[in-house]
Amino acid sequence: MSKNTLYDKVWDSHKVTTLPNGQDQLFIGLHLIHEVTTPQAFASLKERGARMAFPHRTFATIDHIIPTLSQQRPFQDNQAELMTEALENNVKQFGIPFFDTSTNKQGIVHVIGPELGLTQPGMTIACGDSHTSTHGAFGSLAFGIGTTEVGQVLETQSLALNRLKVRRIQFNGLLAPGTYAKDVILKIIHILGVKGGIGFAYEFGGDVFDAMSMEERMTVCNMSIEGGARIGYINPDDITFNYLKDKEYAPKGEAFKVAVKHWKSLASGLDARYDDGLTLHTQDLQPMVTWGVNPGQSVGVTQMLPELDSFSKEDKKTAEEAYAYMKFNPGMSLVGHPIDVVFIGSCTNSRLSDLREAATVMAKGKVAPHVKAIVVPGSQQIKKQAEAEGLADIFKAAGAEWREAGCSMCLAMNPDKLIGDQLCASTSNRNFMGRQGSPTGRTLLMSPAMAAFAAIQGEIGDVREVIG
Amino acid sequence: MSTTLKRHFFSGTAVPIEGDDLDTDRIIPARFLKEITFENMGNYLFHDVRFDSQGKPGTHPLNDPAFKDASLMVVGNNFGCGSSREHAPQAIMRYGIQAIIGESFAEIFAGNCKAIGMPAVSATPHDIRLLYQYIYDNPRKKIDLNLTTKTVHFGDHTIAIDLPESRRSVFLEGTWNALELLKSNEKRVQETAKKLPYMTGFA
Ligand code: SF4
Repeated sequence: MSKNTLYDKVWDSHKVTTLPNGQDQLFIGLHLIHEVTTPQAFASLKERGARMAFPHRTFATIDHIIPTLSQQRPFQDNQAELMTEALENNVKQFGIPFFDTSTNKQGIVHVIGPELGLTQPGMTIACGDSHTSTHGAFGSLAFGIGTTEVGQVLETQSLALNRLKVRRIQFNGLLAPGTYAKDVILKIIHILGVKGGIGFAYEFGGDVFDAMSMEERMTVCNMSIEGGARIGYINPDDITFNYLKDKEYAPKGEAFKVAVKHWKSLASGLDARYDDGLTLHTQDLQPMVTWGVNPGQSVGVTQMLPELDSFSKEDKKTAEEAYAYMKFNPGMSLVGHPIDVVFIGSCTNSRLSDLREAATVMAKGKVAPHVKAIVVPGSQQIKKQAEAEGLADIFKAAGAEWREAGCSMCLAMNPDKLIGDQLCASTSNRNFMGRQGSPTGRTLLMSPAMAAFAAIQGEIGDVREVIG
Repeated sequence: MSTTLKRHFFSGTAVPIEGDDLDTDRIIPARFLKEITFENMGNYLFHDVRFDSQGKPGTHPLNDPAFKDASLMVVGNNFGCGSSREHAPQAIMRYGIQAIIGESFAEIFAGNCKAIGMPAVSATPHDIRLLYQYIYDNPRKKIDLNLTTKTVHFGDHTIAIDLPESRRSVFLEGTWNALELLKSNEKRVQETAKKLPYMTGFA
């Protein structure tokens, strides 16, 4: 069993009691909600006339269903309008702070939590969304829950949970130009597999993560769940504290000093014990691209797609299915393969630094005539900053569409969808069959710089040709 | 606890859904998540692999009359990976499935299954293969899942199943919906909260 890790310390301080079935009841410090996974939970609460235990520990936004072209109400999609109204009524009735578009703080729930300083080290954070793991970048225990559990948090501010094992993932070395946080996490998932993390929390440590900005750390923790790990975290350090300083909901003045002292004490101790570990080096790290239908099916961009015989018996069938669906063949190279759509956005890669990286590349050319490129900032605040520093102009001048904040084509619950079997270079986190809105649509996951390069080349290329 | 919530024995025909890493987008595509109740979710189960773009049914086990009215589902490895959408287990349950037997399940998915009272239990790859074969050969024969003895019985076979004791006990006792239990510790929740520095503004 792990000992003296951040995971252990935060778990123990939030433990309410051990339940009769052996699970722990855990206090939830921060509860984030959005429109899609909450209406049923509120309906049940209302039906029973129940009340919220800590209404001030829940914060709401709208992200999944919101259109990104025009956010004029009522939304053109009647179902989107109804779902939004349901959330509006619920937050009003229960007195929940709501960052809607009129506040200029709306955005993807995992983007705005950190941006507003709601996300802090040492918290337990739950949200009805699997990418809640993002918030682990701050040294919190953050994880996705289902709608029934959303109801439990609303009503009791706690959950019944099984303690996870802790795996330390040590990544040493420096990131070479043209490789990014996205490549690091795609590599980790490639090595450990999409189910390697089941039953584990991942602690990311080592030079690579130490050197990363908070935005890069979020990209990494965001995708822990794609490796099967419900929780991924990085120990808080000065980079974390500097990010939080002066954020709207972060402690201020004397309280901030007290907080930093407390936060420092939460980091895994030198004597920490882990259930498992893995050490990697950046030496051979290339820009990564997925070729299949799960985020573990990836290659370094210059590598050939794997032969079927290279897979274990159990993975071979999945690989065969993936090749058939993606219309790719073993042994081929993705470099030079034409693409139809580029999507830059999502809770993985829609922050200011992501947009900067993409803009740097897009400034070197024009979006290829046969490509539709859309850039979707993660929040209204990011949108404003990106416009102020000229990034939006770069995208527009290159021929990409500059949109309003939301989840957009990451899961295509709004009008942003692939058509037919279009091939999309995407900075999002899931390449599942049908994920981007067309039952036959195809997704290639990659970093923002790689996606921007694909946009101006009209095909997959190695972004290191123009970076560094 | 109410006896109607106790879940220890399941008997019925089963539908085999082969394949590893079947994600929640496959189980229920995102466009069906726009409804604000779970009521109709059963209609959308595996929609895009069951029906073509014209809505014509293809060769999916759920379209096969041989497996009609199944109340058990047999699946592969890492079933339910991907999003936390409870719509996925809700769709399975509302389709008429009462329990899932598979090689392994994604964490959040298994938790969601528990929260809605539908056990997701695992067995070895070898035993799952055996079970698939039995179902293909005898689609109308009943299969028994017994949580008390932790076994699945079919034909002449009895195989062992695995599920965490913390999950098994709540099905046997009918306490799989943790709400009442969590609520009963309200005072202790308050006390825990008071001790957390961020709950008092680091004052
Ligand atoms: S951007 Fe995509 S992955 Fe992130 S919360 Fe939205 S839909 Fe989920």
